[in-house]
Parts: sequence; C-alpha cells; structure tokens
Amino acid sequence: MTGPGDRSGADPSVGVNASSDGFRKGAFGVTGSGDTSGFGGLVRVEPGGAVALHSTERPYGGYFDEVTDALIEAVGAATYEAAVQRVLVDRGEITYFVVREHLLTLVQALRDDDALRFELCSSVSGVDYLDSGGPVATPDRPRLHVVYHLTSMTYRRRIRLEVAVTAEDPHVPSVTATYPTADWQERETFDMFGIVFDGHPALTRILMPDDWDGHPQRKDYPLGGVPVEYHDATIPPPDTRRAYR
Amino acid sequence: MTTTSDPYAAGSRETTEGRVYTVTGGDWDVLLGGDAQGEERLVVNMGPQHPSTHGVLRLILDLEGETVTKARVTIGYLHTGIEKNTEYRTWTQGTTFVTRMDYLAPLYNEAAYCMAVEKLLGIEIPQRAATIRLLVMEINRIASHLVGLATGGMELGALTAMTNGFREREMCLDLLEEITGLRMNHAYIRPGGLAQDLPEGAVDSIREFLKIMPKRVADYHRMLTGQPIWQRRLKDVGYLDVTGCLALGVTGPILRSAGLPWDLRKVDPYLGYDTYDFEVPTADTADAWGRYLVRMAEINESLKLIAQAVDRLEPGPVMVEDRKIAWPAQLSLGADGMGNSLDHVRHIMGQSMEALIHHFKLVTEGFRVPAGQVYLPIESPRGELGYHVVSDGSTRPWRVHVRDPSFVNLQATAAMSEGGMIADVIAAVASIDPVMGGVDR
Repeated sequence: MTGPGDRSGADPSVGVNASSDGFRKGAFGVTGSGDTSGFGGLVRVEPGGAVALHSTERPYGGYFDEVTDALIEAVGAATYEAAVQRVLVDRGEITYFVVREHLLTLVQALRDDDALRFELCSSVSGVDYLDSGGPVATPDRPRLHVVYHLTSMTYRRRIRLEVAVTAEDPHVPSVTATYPTADWQERETFDMFGIVFDGHPALTRILMPDDWDGHPQRKDYPLGGVPVEYHDATIPPPDTRRAYR
Repeated sequence: MTTTSDPYAAGSRETTEGRVYTVTGGDWDVLLGGDAQGEERLVVNMGPQHPSTHGVLRLILDLEGETVTKARVTIGYLHTGIEKNTEYRTWTQGTTFVTRMDYLAPLYNEAAYCMAVEKLLGIEIPQRAATIRLLVMEINRIASHLVGLATGGMELGALTAMTNGFREREMCLDLLEEITGLRMNHAYIRPGGLAQDLPEGAVDSIREFLKIMPKRVADYHRMLTGQPIWQRRLKDVGYLDVTGCLALGVTGPILRSAGLPWDLRKVDPYLGYDTYDFEVPTADTADAWGRYLVRMAEINESLKLIAQAVDRLEPGPVMVEDRKIAWPAQLSLGADGMGNSLDHVRHIMGQSMEALIHHFKLVTEGFRVPAGQVYLPIESPRGELGYHVVSDGSTRPWRVHVRDPSFVNLQATAAMSEGGMIADVIAAVASIDPVMGGVDR
C-alpha cells in the first residue's frame, strides 16, 4: 500500500496525463488504487469523483420541495441558510449537506415537526472520500462523511443528511438524544472511521476488539496480506496484487 | 489456636505433625454484617459461546435473584469485514460477499445490493428476472422464519419445534438448491438480473412444495399455538410497544407484533410487490407471542406470493440486454454437470478475438458504475435491510454500508429483558431472531 493521495490514474493531477507528444501515459501498472485488474487508469474518473460539488436548483421535484419548505418553516430561514450548505437531488434521492454545528437543531425539527415527522432514523454510516478521484481532501472539502438516512413513516418519505469533517478534527454531535437507534450505528461509525460523536452515552468500539489500533474502513488504513504457512509464502494485500510492473 | 488479622484466612494451629488448618465457613453474616440477601447482585456472563444466545452473542446480565436488573449486549465476535472487502472486488463479485452477511436470508442481501447497483447504473431488469427474484426471496423468507422458530423453540426447550422447523426448512433449501445450485450463499442474483434462468422442473418442484407446506404450517399451529407451555413462555415476554420500536429503530415482525403494519413490500413497493395480493399480518400484544404469530402468518402470506409468482412466469430473458453489464457467458450446464455454455466457449476461443477480449475485460476488470450514492431498503425477514452504496465511477464500489435489521433490532434487548426473569431473556432474544452474521458483518 502506498501512501494516501496516491490513487494515480483516478486523480487527473497525477497518473494518467496527456504528455506533450499527445500520448496518455501511466494507464497501465496502476498502483495504490486497490484496482487488482491493473487497467484502472484507462478510463478517467470524473474530477470531483464521488462527491458532486454542485447544488441542485429548485424546484427539486416530488415531495422534496415540500420537505424543504417545511424544514425552512420549522427552523427558520436564517438557520436553514446557515445549516444547509448544499442540496443535491440525484437518482430520486435528496441529500442535504449539513454543517455539524446545526445538525442537532435540524434532526430535532425533522423528527418533531408535524409537517416533517421523520420518526425513524434508518441508517447512520460513514464514508471516507479520501482521494475519490477528485482533488486531494482539504479542510474545505473534508474527507470523512457521516450519512444519515431518515424515514418518515407518516408521509412515507426518505431523505439523507450528510455531515463532512476532516480527519484532523473528526467531531460530530451525536443524534442519540433524538434518535436512540443511532447508538450502535454511531459506535460502528466511530469504530470503522474514527469519527467522534460528541454527547454519545458510551462511544466505544463495537465490532473490532477494544484494543484495536486504527479505524479499518478508512481508505488509508493499511491492508494486510494473508500469512500462509507453506514455504514462508505470503499472499500480498489485495491492493498490491497483480500490479503489472 | 492462632488467628491472623486476615478475616478470610482459615484458622490454624501448630501441632507436632505440622500446621493444621480449620476451615469452617458459614460465617458470611459475621463477615458482611447484617442482611446480605437484600443486596445480592450477581453479574452473569452469557455467551458468546452459548447454545441459547442465538449465535455468537454475548449478554452480560446483572441479576437480583432471578430478576434481570441490567442487560448489556456485546457483539463483534463474527466480524469479517465484508463491507471493506467489497471495496476491493468488482461490482459483480460484491454479490458473493454480501450474500454471506445475513446467512439465513442470503437472497435478500443479494437482491438489495443488486437493486442498489442497478439504481446507480439507472437500468431496469427484465420482468422475468424480477418475478424470479421475488419468488426465491419469498422461499427464503419461509426458510428464515422456520429457522427463527426452530432455534427459538430449541432455546426454550421445545426440541420438536427445532427438528420440525429444520425439516421444513430443508424443503426450502432443496428448492433453492435446485434453482440456484447452492443451499446457501447463492450468488444467484447479479447486477442486471440473475446468474441463470430457472432450471427445467423447478416450477413443478415449487408447486409440489406449495401443496405440502400449508399442511405443515397447520401442524405447527396444532403442535405449538395451543400448547400451554409454549404460550406461557412467550406471552407478555419481551414487551416492546410501537413507541419503543420507533425510538430504537426496530422494524420487521417485532414492529408488526406491536400493531404497526409497516412492511416495505406494501408501503414502498419494489419488484412489483404492489401488483400482488397479500396481507401484512400484525398482532397487538407487542410481545414474543405476537412475534411468533406474525411470523407464522407471514409464512402463509409468502406461500400466497410464491403461488402468484409461479403463475406469472412468462418466458423471457433474465439478464439485461446490455452486453457491457451482462455476464458474457450465460451459465448453462454441460454434459458433465458443470461449466460454461459450450457455444460461448467455442465462440470466444475459435471465432471472435473481440468477444474473447470483451469476456476477459468484463470478468477481470468489470463494468463501471457512474459516480453517486443510493440507499436502497427492502423488507427482509427481520425488517428493513438497507444498502447504502457509493460509487466513485470506477469498477469497484467506493463504499457499501449495510443497515442490517438484526444489528439495529438487537439494541432492543435491554428494553425487552430488563425487569424480567433471566429465563425470559432467552425468549426475548429468540423473538428478536438476530442473525449474528448480519449483525457483525
């Protein structure tokens, strides 16, 4: 495993480049990307990668406008402006990118307001967008995302909230006071991504052993090879297998 | 006689044969002073290797007498890093990993994962593939509920429930083996459709199953439902009402046993469930007894769904037309009972260099999925099974997170068992029906 930021081929700034003679180089023998086929550099990943940087313009369509209007009414336009950085409608799902300072205000309103009624917090999960094909993660484009999927059983609606934090300051307020079901799910996200949920009643590891080092689902977590007890052979970590050098 | 200052040390005396100790005991009243009975607190560790904890689940119980004052749940003994593993495999290979999570409902994992990938790709699967998916999932639901009943019964001492439950589950597994080739971990549902069509004779086997199974369900009711011991072990045990369920995120039969008819097949239909005729069984007792009745009723509803799906099967493709996604060789069994389609092998080895390249590229590198993220929930036998799948536009998933219903539901253990008897903890956990493969992933 090479160091973080070495996802060559995926990042247009390194790896596959059109050189002065017009030929693309670095398409084969890709390393560090985890691609075991060896051909990962042939197709360029869109700049920006998995995190779309634009914001969807209104109207959003479907029930999304109704939910957004109700949310603005519930928390006030000023708070909404401050809390929601971007709104993205993609593949029939709406995502609110929320700053962490206002997360608790929003989830409280989302659960309790009569027009919103998101009674169920379906899922809390983390995503590490380290070098996901875009520019290297910076403080204004944090790599660690916490993703909340909320369900309104009354209105049969689903929305997604997303909070992004940096690896240096991975603090997000815990929503367990509003959604007790987030307890274990936040523990899992802490365990796997090292995101610290402030205010969680007992934020300990849940899947990995208590004395484990590191957070395995982070993209820069080193992968281990499998030791095989046969002539001292070792199977290399998957991201270094079959790289054609 | 000499005594030391240590109150716990035994008395002793020196004799010509050496030191002789006098161990008496029975002096707890003197040592503790007063009534120790009132403050008897016992911490019992149950599991992770325990026949009554429904898998490698560890329970730490604080007891006062036989009353549980506090129940803590420890998980993670079956953590295998499946979510992380999928990030290093192609989108198609991901199916073979997620099927091993909730190993009693493998086809639900496959279906939800594949539907999430298809949503990212923006493709629609052929009608026949959708119908067969529904068909095999409902067979799987019956098998899963039967194991829940069988292991739950065994944990409560009803061994005949166990032997009978596994007997009928074997019928389901035989069907799935005939259709998919494997009893469990099928990897049958693939992004874009299915690995292969129904084999010849499968429909007849399913119809045969549909004839036998209702009688067996009636047998269960005769054996268990009216039985006083079974009723007393389950009634008013593991109580959790709708408010508690929603706060703790509990879905599936537990929520329906509390009276809320929340079933994603009805409220958020997929695969054409809205065109089928079936009911969502509920109970109003919010206890283990209600969950037992709901699961039994759901077996009947699944039988109805299977019967309708079999009638609807029309000839047609079971994989999308797009050759950039569909597996290049439709699997078909040769004379030796295994292998790829011989026509396809002849084609790539003898006729078309391009077909060979295409086959090689698609199998080794896989196809690309446009960047973005989706959350796809379906109703598994245990509740809302949600797949949060993120793509960065490459040939492998950037992230696959599974909202496993067992994982979320297991949080209700403390709410269901604190204040009750220790024996009822077993009934409560059995009524949650967690599958540790799904909990720990």
